[in-house]
Amino acid sequence: MSAFWALVQRDVRLATRVGGGGGMAVFFFLIVLSIVPFGIGPDLNLLTRIAPGMLWVALLLSALLTLDRLFQADQEDGTLDLLVMAPQPLELTVLAKAISHWLTTGLPLVVAAPLLGLMLNLPLDGMLPLMGAMLVGSPALSLLGAVGAALAVGVRRGGLLISLLVLPFYVPVLIFGVSASRAALVAVPGDLGGQSLLLLGAVSLASLVVGPVGGAAALRVAVK
Amino acid sequence: MAEFFNMGGYGPYIWSSFLIAAVVMSGLALQSWFDLRKQKRLVAELEARATKSQT
Amino acid sequence: MTCRFVALGLHQTDMAWSIHTFANPTRFMRFSAIVLPYVWALAGAGIGIGLYLSFFVAPPDYQQGDSVRIMFVHVPAAWLSQFGYGIMVASSIMALIFRHPLADVAAKSAAPIGAVFTFLALVAGGLWGKPMWGTYWVWDARTTSTLVLLFIYLGYMALWVTIEDPNRAARVAAVLALVGAVNLPIIRFSVDWWNTLHQPASVFRLDGPTIHSSLLWPLFVVAIGFTFFFLGVMMVRMRAEILRRRVRTLQMQQAAG
Repeated sequence: MSAFWALVQRDVRLATRVGGGGGMAVFFFLIVLSIVPFGIGPDLNLLTRIAPGMLWVALLLSALLTLDRLFQADQEDGTLDLLVMAPQPLELTVLAKAISHWLTTGLPLVVAAPLLGLMLNLPLDGMLPLMGAMLVGSPALSLLGAVGAALAVGVRRGGLLISLLVLPFYVPVLIFGVSASRAALVAVPGDLGGQSLLLLGAVSLASLVVGPVGGAAALRVAVK
Repeated sequence: MAEFFNMGGYGPYIWSSFLIAAVVMSGLALQSWFDLRKQKRLVAELEARATKSQT
Repeated sequence: MTCRFVALGLHQTDMAWSIHTFANPTRFMRFSAIVLPYVWALAGAGIGIGLYLSFFVAPPDYQQGDSVRIMFVHVPAAWLSQFGYGIMVASSIMALIFRHPLADVAAKSAAPIGAVFTFLALVAGGLWGKPMWGTYWVWDARTTSTLVLLFIYLGYMALWVTIEDPNRAARVAAVLALVGAVNLPIIRFSVDWWNTLHQPASVFRLDGPTIHSSLLWPLFVVAIGFTFFFLGVMMVRMRAEILRRRVRTLQMQQAAG
């Protein structure tokens, strides 16, 4: 277990020292969101209506950006071979990688989201549901992303390929995430808001299995 | 005859959907067949070269 | 140093594969050469008779008029888009667990055909939707999940294209196909959910008991014809793929020797 946390610690440290940590992802998040009013006009009512959806789409895109370095850097310097041969189950290694990815991109984005929500005229009572939904949903982005990153390891210009592979799998996260975030803003029939938060949690739990198992299977093939 | 092609006003939609299906499906079949022919030719070439170099 | 090591490793796995090759794929090449003409004949007969039935025998629908004839393309294509993914998943399981040398050839060959039929289902659905709904594209649950299925097909094919070594590509693609199989029901459920959230009820339904049996028979015949067409194209692609790998081994042998 100590090897597990050592790996998480190493990756977080590498990301903060070399990759600027979550800074770059947050910066990208900010830029994407400030492009939106240029595209659709500065109508505040319209912005309020689309704010949850835009925030989630931007979250997805920012999470994708950093995925191609998840295993690629380790593959290039040979660390990945050692990780695959290590006594620790490969599934746990992938989980550690996903956790460190989430700590350096998902978490900073969730923290930054309310601030950016203000720019899109998101009402204050929508902030807490938004943050809650993003907190529940964003681990699924890192976990499913790890499968895509593992599949594309060793592929030249794999970044684009990862996006193509992973985005279809992000659809449920986006749907449940947005509907959970919108629940406080728009009248929805029944208790769909609360339910979608639960469903979002279910998707995250499912990807807690799919991510490590699928990622490990892909890595075993890639490194052999 | 004209009535048949008109299909109660839906003609353009019906004929274009069948036409697109025909074009796309025969395109796929032909592409697969051309690929098979190309691979057959390549194998024949390579095997001929292999036997030539052995003798 | 590491580079040479890796190259050597690749070469060795290729040799191991080629020993396998003579056992099974040769038998497939013989078998498919015999079976293919019959498969094509059945496909041609099914599609020919089906087309005749759907234009001259099937009556226009009492609600939708003649536009219902688009169903004879749309529904079989939609069926084959599912069938294709089913074949891919079954072959991927065979490839990963039993290492059957034909299984990954089958999975690779089924993908483009499935993608083509998924595309056709969307196009025919749009051409049916225009006179029925007044728009080519609706973001309804089924259209949307079919679109996501098309994306998964395309991603799978992209993976095959980008990885050079066929053995590695086969196993990586098999993992993707299985992850997709686990996720597709979740995606489908989420899209249904999204649809009910934004569009409560009263969506025009294309399926169900409203189809009269006089329309069902021609549909069935076309679907059988299309299925044999799928199998025929798949066999041709499998033959080409087996030969392509033989070409690869021969080229490597000649380059080495």
